[in-house]
Amino acid sequence: MNNVDYNANILDHFKNPRNMGELKNADAEATVGNPSCGDVMKIMIKVSNNKIENIKFQTMGCAAAIATSSMATELAKRKTLDEAEKITNKDVSLALGKLPPIKEHCSNLAADALKKAIANYKKNYNESPKLPNKGDSLNMI
Amino acid sequence: MEEIYLDNAATTKVDDAVAKKVKEVFLESYGNASSLHTKGRESREKMESAKKKIATYLNCNPKEIIFTSGGTESNNLAIRGLAKANPEKKHIITSVIEHPCILETCQDLKREGYEVDYIKVNNDGLIEVEDISKKIKDNTLLVSIMHVNNEIGTIQPIEKISQICKKQNVYFHTDNVQGFLKKDLPLTSIDMMSVSGHKFCAPKGVGFLYVKKGIKILPINTGGGQENGLRSGTENVPGIVGLAAALDIDFKINEIETSRDKIIEGLKKIKGVKINGSIKNRIYNNINISFYGIEGESLMLMLDEQGIYVSTGSACASTKLNESHVLKALSIDEMYIHGSLRLSLGTDAIGKENFIIEKITNAVKKLREMSPFKLNLEEENDKEKNN
Repeated sequence: MNNVDYNANILDHFKNPRNMGELKNADAEATVGNPSCGDVMKIMIKVSNNKIENIKFQTMGCAAAIATSSMATELAKRKTLDEAEKITNKDVSLALGKLPPIKEHCSNLAADALKKAIANYKKNYNESPKLPNKGDSLNMI
Repeated sequence: MEEIYLDNAATTKVDDAVAKKVKEVFLESYGNASSLHTKGRESREKMESAKKKIATYLNCNPKEIIFTSGGTESNNLAIRGLAKANPEKKHIITSVIEHPCILETCQDLKREGYEVDYIKVNNDGLIEVEDISKKIKDNTLLVSIMHVNNEIGTIQPIEKISQICKKQNVYFHTDNVQGFLKKDLPLTSIDMMSVSGHKFCAPKGVGFLYVKKGIKILPINTGGGQENGLRSGTENVPGIVGLAAALDIDFKINEIETSRDKIIEGLKKIKGVKINGSIKNRIYNNINISFYGIEGESLMLMLDEQGIYVSTGSACASTKLNESHVLKALSIDEMYIHGSLRLSLGTDAIGKENFIIEKITNAVKKLREMSPFKLNLEEENDKEKNN
């Protein structure tokens, strides 16, 4: 039962998670993880003008899972969908100031959830009007 | 901030009186117990009187006690030492809920060609005695079953198991690291017993193995031939003196048990909780409880913030990312294993029950607010009601 050492930033995001809770009227959401490994993350997004207007998460998991969820939502907030979907798990880990190595694999899934939520959004709202984005290509979905 | 230490199954704070005696040895009787000069003799005398005291407590001969560095070494010496001395028998019986130092030692012997049977436990975390007798065969060397489980605190029927072993001419060893001084265990049919000092307010790094007279074991480390040639290495006299001094401690067993029961009652008011392991056959200071829909490492860290120190069986809190093998053996649902918390109480808990209940209840609430599994919680409660 040995726990790992978390840095102050991770502990801060764990203790004071940003953007935590349910997002009413979310435009899209995605859940990743597996209850059998203990970490499940759900990301909900509200999109307007192709930008992530609001984002919330719900996570069952260890401190690293909660902190990465919190950080991923912070990184994605107010970004365009194209910018946000480029956020990687590694970006999240770096923004937190490095996760303990053992936590990288199983608890750092928030960016995956974010990508999936954006993909779901694009799937759902493919037909809806959106502002053209620089570099937007037709087959990007 | 006030600290409430509820992790006494992991280790304990050294008792004041014990620490005083240990310090005396550090500063005054510091000689090597093998030296022939006055300083050495002084040290040797302290060690021997400690051994006598322990033997008197156990109602055994001092020669039956071998001082070691603690539980892991005692368990290794018991199993490997007996195997080495009795190479003709190659079958060992143990249980699935043993401490890793038993399980890994058995795995190691398996690689050397031994056959090992792991007895399962029922959903209460208890071993059925018949399951052991059924497995005993001609080449069975040893049955090793722990007295008190370190995670769920369940107490195994050691007297019955040891009697069966005696009848069937098989050696019986018990890992009594969690039970010594807490739950009486007569040595009548027990051949070997492991004890570790730091679990009962003595220092870390000292323990002993009881080996009944007439039983042959061989050393697993060789050198200067201390402890009747069975455990070479300069004796840890300060630790040994501390271990013997800890026999005088009043562990406030009844008060802690009352406190434990109060905390359990309070925590049971939270929805979606489960107590893991038998309540009846359980050591007085253990609570192992699971909360649905949350993860134990987070819960532990949240309590840590409040100065409450506990541990968890969640995979996320283990360096190997494995969930507790003990909770798994009890057929507990994965979701409940992740949300498990172990509280092993000491005197810190007495009078602080409501505070502890409140802090745990709040932390569970906070984590459940974060969890995407809220709806399932209601389903889960319905399921329980229907059962």
